[in-house]
Amino acid sequence: MSPQSRISLQQACNQALDEAMAADESVILLGEDIGDREGGGTFKVTSGLSTKYGTSRVRTTPISEQAIVGSAVGAAIAGLRPVAEIMLMNFVTVAMDQLVNHAAKLRFMSGGQTHVPLTVRTATGAGGGFGGQHSDMLEAWLAHVPGLTVVVPSSPAEAKGLLLSCVFDDDPCVFVENNQMYWDKGPAPEPGLRIPLRKAHVARAGTDVSVITYGRPVGQVLALAEQLAGDGISVEVVDLRTVSPLDSRTVLESVAKTRRAVIVHEAVGQFGVGAEVSARIGEELGGELHSPVIRVTSANTPVPFSPTLEKAYLYQIGDVETAIRKVAS
Amino acid sequence: MTDEAGLLGIYRTAVRINRADEKLRGLLTSGELAVSYYSPRGQEVVAAGMMSRLRAEDYLVTTYRGIHDQIAKGIPLEPLFAELFGRVDGTCKGKGGPMHVTQPETGVMVTTGVVGSGLPIAVGLGLAAQVRGQDRVTVVCFGDGASNIGAFHEALNMAALWRLPVVFLCQNNRYAESTRYSDGTTVERIAQRAASYGIPGVTVDGNNAGEMAEAASQAVARARAGEGPTLLEAMTYRFMGHYFGDAGAYMDADEFVAAQAADPVPALRKELLRAGISTEEELTALENEEQAAVDSAAAFAKASALPGVDELRRDVYREEVVA
Ligand SMILES: Cc1ncc(C[n+]2csc(CCOP(=O)(O)OP(=O)(O)O)c2C)c(N)n1
Ligand SMILES: [Mg+2]
Repeated sequence: MSPQSRISLQQACNQALDEAMAADESVILLGEDIGDREGGGTFKVTSGLSTKYGTSRVRTTPISEQAIVGSAVGAAIAGLRPVAEIMLMNFVTVAMDQLVNHAAKLRFMSGGQTHVPLTVRTATGAGGGFGGQHSDMLEAWLAHVPGLTVVVPSSPAEAKGLLLSCVFDDDPCVFVENNQMYWDKGPAPEPGLRIPLRKAHVARAGTDVSVITYGRPVGQVLALAEQLAGDGISVEVVDLRTVSPLDSRTVLESVAKTRRAVIVHEAVGQFGVGAEVSARIGEELGGELHSPVIRVTSANTPVPFSPTLEKAYLYQIGDVETAIRKVAS
Repeated sequence: MTDEAGLLGIYRTAVRINRADEKLRGLLTSGELAVSYYSPRGQEVVAAGMMSRLRAEDYLVTTYRGIHDQIAKGIPLEPLFAELFGRVDGTCKGKGGPMHVTQPETGVMVTTGVVGSGLPIAVGLGLAAQVRGQDRVTVVCFGDGASNIGAFHEALNMAALWRLPVVFLCQNNRYAESTRYSDGTTVERIAQRAASYGIPGVTVDGNNAGEMAEAASQAVARARAGEGPTLLEAMTYRFMGHYFGDAGAYMDADEFVAAQAADPVPALRKELLRAGISTEEELTALENEEQAAVDSAAAFAKASALPGVDELRRDVYREEVVA
């Protein structure tokens, strides 16, 4: 693959699954409509895989979220590496029992005798006019549960490397694909590249302000940082990659250097990932900050339908700029 | 048909369960043990009969009311009791407790405290066996009440669809906590629900060892042969209320008295004597052996150490959690 080749997020996830299935027979896929006969998945992420690997390993399931995640938990404790697709993140709520009470806790409650090498892939994101039940970023729900690993990739290359790591991790991972990013292309990674889990990434080094973010805003914040560099503001961008367990160390090292922090995410602000990050910064570095931490998030409302409202709901990159300028002043 | 050795084996297991349960209730009464405990008293023969048809490598998923299933599947009493005491020699180092007993080496993969949640997990264990071409069978135990939760239906449908090697064993003890069967369920038999998934649904007298073992044999054979799941409903009765300390004031008195009179463990004993399978002396010796094993397991558990607090951060993830 030439270094300048470009792939979409949808292609990146498809390639990661393909590589994982080719590398390890214990990788199986479960989900609604994921087989080629059903079109290869709602977002075509599993396209071609049932044809290539067969319908024993790539199983289109009934509409049974509890049984999809629950059977994936069972298959995982028996030693397979199931990847379950939950069509949209709001439907993960239907399978919360299996994630929260079982996947997350079986290693612990069994005293380490069993473990759950399961990946749940799911898609979501506001901005597509899907309304209140098909757009929520619910990663904070899952991040609250010790035992789960919650990953939100920020680009096609990041998605591929992180998804491969999720599949081969020995603990349950939830991998959140932003469906508003599926068709945007970015540079392709080297084949086989894996990106470590539970480790944040300094996506851009800077000295004045740390912006801590993950998922869709990362690309926008990187572009904003370039623009602000022209105005003499040096922005460091930390891409959390894994939301939970949180890599506090990378966040704190960045903020210890800049002493100014802005946190950006697509999910609503209340009781969110930003609140946790802000608390950890406050606990460790409170006295050393030049300015209070600012969070820029989506509004504390359901995702609305009408485009004007949906736009107003989403985090505003203009607010990120205002926040950076404010803490930097 | 269940042969003589089969029935005697079931009796030994039933006695072990019965004595273990009695011991634990004694320890709870004396205050030496303080846990939430859901007695399987009255359901001994269901578990002993079912598990007598399994191999060691077959999988079991059960519930909070699961000590009979766990013992019958083969978990030794010492680590089992130590787990109930929260001790380091417990099956799970004391980190699971009575509601989460696990021991993969005897096939006990999950014990769940969430009603109905074991069924989808059992589907996954069956799926793993099928994908790998193994002839391993998974049995999942649950109550009559659990058959009203959504996961039951999702799991049966999925297992039927993929013809998975799973035996769904509903232990119908007539109550879900304090709600009578007929106040929560309209079908006369849980097994009728199998028709919705196009699989066999069988109701047996779970307290009759021969009948129970025979029905279990058929369901296991069907699963092992790749013919798919069975919904097996074992009619039984809950002698000790929902949880230890529940007087069961809401239970029907006549029904309760009748069930006690048909106590399955003495009934099986009588049958072994009547059929000339065993002598009084042999059975007394067997009972004494099981009682001794139970007593020594309790002593073992009490003498076992509590886990060190360093265990708190272990087994959350593969890597230890940092403070
Ligand atoms: C999802 C869920 N809802 C409620 C409970 C509380 N609860 C524990 S046991 C029980 C009754 C279950 O009855 P049944 O399935 O018949 O099993 P049994 O206790 O009779 O063995 C209930 C309601 C629970 N543990 N999980
Ligand atoms: Mg019941």
